[in-house]
Amino acid sequence: MRKEIMYIQSSKSIALDTVEMVLKNNYISQTAVPGQFLHVFVEGHTLRRPLSIADVDREKETVTILFKKTGSGTKQLATCQEGMTLDVLGPNGNGFNMDNKEGSSILLIGGGIGVPPLYYLGKTLVGQNMKVISILGFQSAESVFYVEKFQSLGETWMVTNDGSYGEKGFVTDVFDKIEAFDRYYSCGPIPMLQAITKKLEHKQGYISLEERMGCGVGACLACVIPKANNRGYKKICKDGPVFHAKEVTL
Amino acid sequence: MTNLAVDLPGLRLKNPIMPASGCFGFGREYSDFYDLGKLGAVIMKAATGSERFGNNTPRVAETASGMLNAIGLQNPGVDKIIESEVDFLSNYDMPIIANVAGSTIGEYEKVAAAFNQTKHVHALELNISCPNVKEGGIQFGTDPNMAANVTKMVKQASNLPVYVKLSPNVSDIVAMAKAVEAAGADGLSMINTLSGMKIDPSSKRPLLANKTGGLSGPAIKPIAIRMVYEVKQQVSIPIIGMGGVTNAEDVLEFLLAGASAVAVGTANFQNPFICPELIDELPKILTKYGFLSVQDAIGKGAILYE
Repeated sequence: MRKEIMYIQSSKSIALDTVEMVLKNNYISQTAVPGQFLHVFVEGHTLRRPLSIADVDREKETVTILFKKTGSGTKQLATCQEGMTLDVLGPNGNGFNMDNKEGSSILLIGGGIGVPPLYYLGKTLVGQNMKVISILGFQSAESVFYVEKFQSLGETWMVTNDGSYGEKGFVTDVFDKIEAFDRYYSCGPIPMLQAITKKLEHKQGYISLEERMGCGVGACLACVIPKANNRGYKKICKDGPVFHAKEVTL
Repeated sequence: MTNLAVDLPGLRLKNPIMPASGCFGFGREYSDFYDLGKLGAVIMKAATGSERFGNNTPRVAETASGMLNAIGLQNPGVDKIIESEVDFLSNYDMPIIANVAGSTIGEYEKVAAAFNQTKHVHALELNISCPNVKEGGIQFGTDPNMAANVTKMVKQASNLPVYVKLSPNVSDIVAMAKAVEAAGADGLSMINTLSGMKIDPSSKRPLLANKTGGLSGPAIKPIAIRMVYEVKQQVSIPIIGMGGVTNAEDVLEFLLAGASAVAVGTANFQNPFICPELIDELPKILTKYGFLSVQDAIGKGAILYE
């Protein structure tokens, strides 16, 4: 991890309140692995914003992030345009464990703004000759993004809470429709992760977590999650954000 | 060349900059960014008698020019801190200040005494001002008699200089300072965070799981400067000043108010290099305003405006 300046190569809205930003930087583009995040300084704000890495192009030296405009920090970040620079700490945290056997079948389950890190993961897994099935959940059609990108990786199921795009319901509602898989990776809201880890208790899985962060490097102990079957905590920014599904208590 | 060195009870500081307790862990994470030996000193995260698990999440919330935190003194307990963290920090050429916390006077005494066993800790910072725990901390820091009592007992239990960290959540900070000075405090550390709250309009509930938290960052700097200034006029023990420092002019402002050294807290989160950057910039700022040394600037604000 380093403190780096990243150049904004492009910034555009891709769904309701959702911005895709492509950032150019040699060090971070060459070292980032799926599941890691950038800790981004936003002018006029005390705390940096943790944003997951959605894609990396090592040849073009770019890193793509997606974020939702939910508060003053992300709204301010959304005003930054092509040609400007960002002060970034990265790449932070540990990525997804990808200890897979060639030909394994992998299930990706993303919810809302938890979908982005799964794209870089899926792309990497496909590059390692894995079979990837994706289930992407959003609130409604206007929030949907990256459908074609995931479809290019393999079988993709879309779910919206109100049924305005794809299946109606929750991501867990389509579990019965997909074929067998060896392992799952998931990122999304805590209630979604709770439902998934319960339904897929017998499967090996990894989950990526989000929490309000202070330092983002493991010093302040703001973003902790209780360990499973143990007293104490794991640090989401440093020990995570990716954990084995049975490693923590949601 | 501008002289940055300051001598305080138990502490020979090569410069007056140190990270504040709770904002730097035990230094391990920041040692990946720079040589900790560059720091004037380091104030470790609070130590309690046994392991403490802290509060539920969310534990932080951003506010205008600041942040609220309610970590709840999570730490592995004094014995593990001595065994692992003090041992790690002793590899760097700087004094180590241990922050001592507890729920009872007995626990404060136990923790303070435990640091007698290590030669690498040079002073104690007595934490009687944490607003985020139900027992201990703030209850000692808002009553002059209790503050004096815990200071006296810790002084008896410890062979190290004791800096008492004062809470700003009182109506008369000078009375608190005088009480702990009379009880034998070797120095003061001020200020801790101000008790605050943020309510999320969407959930209509307090944003922090603990409901309230400690406000830090630039928002509290004018309060910290005022309190350091007022206390400096009334006590003769040195003050380590802190509260919202983000640049070298802020450091100078604390020195002018009467602080002999300055701790940096929240700014570490925004810029992990803030401490070494302040150390590098301080000589230029001192020169710009006509000071030959850090020592030369301490308390000059008070003299100039009286």
